[in-house]
Amino acid sequence: MMFLQGRFLPVAVQKKSEVRSSDLAFLMALRGLALILILGFTSIVFFLYFQSRPLIAQEGLSFFWGREWSPADNRFGALPFIYGTLVTSALALLLASPVAVGSALFLTVLAPHWLRRPTAFLIEMLAAIPSVVYGLWGIFMIVPLVRTFQVDLQNVVGDVPLFSGPPLGVGFLAAGLILAIMILPTIASVCREVFGAVPTVNFEAALTLGATRWEALRMAVLRASVPGILTAVTLGLGRALGETMAVTMLVGNRAVISPSLNSVGATMASIIANEYPEAASDLHLSALTAVGLALFVISLLVNLGARWIGTFYRRKMGF
Amino acid sequence: MNLGVQMGGEELSLEKVSAFFGKKEIVKSVSFDVANREVMALIGPSGCGKSTLLRCINRLHEETPGAWVRGRIQLKNLDIYGPAVDPVEIRSHIGMVFQKPNPFPGFSIFENVVAGLTIRGVRKRSYLADVAERSLRAAALWDEVKDILKAPGLSLSGGQQQRLCIARAIAVNPSLLLMDEPTSALDPISTAKIEELLFDLKKNVTILIVTHNLQQAARISDQVAFMYLGDLVEVGSTAQIFTKPTNVQTENYITGRFG
Repeated sequence: MMFLQGRFLPVAVQKKSEVRSSDLAFLMALRGLALILILGFTSIVFFLYFQSRPLIAQEGLSFFWGREWSPADNRFGALPFIYGTLVTSALALLLASPVAVGSALFLTVLAPHWLRRPTAFLIEMLAAIPSVVYGLWGIFMIVPLVRTFQVDLQNVVGDVPLFSGPPLGVGFLAAGLILAIMILPTIASVCREVFGAVPTVNFEAALTLGATRWEALRMAVLRASVPGILTAVTLGLGRALGETMAVTMLVGNRAVISPSLNSVGATMASIIANEYPEAASDLHLSALTAVGLALFVISLLVNLGARWIGTFYRRKMGF
Repeated sequence: MNLGVQMGGEELSLEKVSAFFGKKEIVKSVSFDVANREVMALIGPSGCGKSTLLRCINRLHEETPGAWVRGRIQLKNLDIYGPAVDPVEIRSHIGMVFQKPNPFPGFSIFENVVAGLTIRGVRKRSYLADVAERSLRAAALWDEVKDILKAPGLSLSGGQQQRLCIARAIAVNPSLLLMDEPTSALDPISTAKIEELLFDLKKNVTILIVTHNLQQAARISDQVAFMYLGDLVEVGSTAQIFTKPTNVQTENYITGRFG
């Protein structure tokens, strides 16, 4: 109510209750809507907690670093999925971030004006393609390409740990690639806004100091955008961590921990999507929910961490 | 390129300079000379082409898509629009201070001042420190920031930021300093400080300043050029323009009848 008294109403009418009653109704309605969000969030937390309690009661916290997942033997360790999620997401970030930042920079600063809007539109359209379509396209396009790459690489450099094992096509590498393409529009469109927000005079000031265009971009635009770029990358990471359908179709779905990108594997999201329909025992169901809980916690930590980094940088830079 | 200082000679010479955005002529065939270590003020109502003219002189105008320039501009003896001339090289001999203070975000005070040198690959710490101190002293900012050189440039007040930008512009030792309404975003005290600073700066550098503030023009300049609707209406010594202008439009403007 304080803000209503302070800002909305002139001093003279603040004491009239009939003026305030309509504002009050509006305020209550907004509060109600906000409450729905909070209730939704807490109900998810409670659901995850209570559903996964039986499993955690049996396995303890070692569930999160157990390496073996064997529902038939009632053995549940989530580490392979945590590992798979982190590897595929990291790979996706590594591949997508430079491309996204580069294309956003091109579109905001270098591209001729007639090219900017259509290209930006095209990139944003990538985000509108359903995940399952990405999965299908991945199976027919990415997987054969990855397989060819894997075969050729092993022929040329031999058996290196990062690319050892049978060249199957499906696996961490294919899943990381499809994730990279999927998070590209998220990172690129946020970066585009970040670069667009840098005042032109900063760029011009660098030019007047005798900078070339590239130097001016680096000094005045890129460096000023570091916090924004980090935010963009985090949003991309958030999407990659939780992405389910396309990854499930390409990752191979075996609970394996391997340093090789050629290896098949599974992610937290993919194991839930794969096994939930066929989960026979209550304990198996509980284990899958616990994986969901882990995914939730990791996503939360990533977001908090990124927020912290953003705030840290902004403060350091004097924003 | 010979840009050695010649005492007394002409620093800058404009000959029939026109500036365009597409087909629109913003500056119409302007000619004038500025002598070495002189302060010239460009005055005139908003939209008369003062800033655009300023941006022609360091070849910044052409960075805007569709913008182009006709005519001849000589810095010392160099035709800056000559075919063999690199705009990047030209700009490094001409400093510019903008309307709003614009220190680089993410750069410390120190990094801001020496930015023009680090671009050119100067890395020697002692030399940079030396230049930073000299420039900050020249910009009358040293005493206020000497203990916080590592703080972000953006953490300073508006007036300090503008003096930081002046320090940044003069750190590369330009012979000409362009100022585009450098005090219009500042409070009166910060404005007074910067005007005071200009008196010291003009001992070493020629200054071309765009201003809306006629008192400011009267206080700081040796010569005044009055522009209106893209034309150069009158140019003359400050005393002459403000006491007996020959053109009736100039008289109307400086007496506050329009603009």
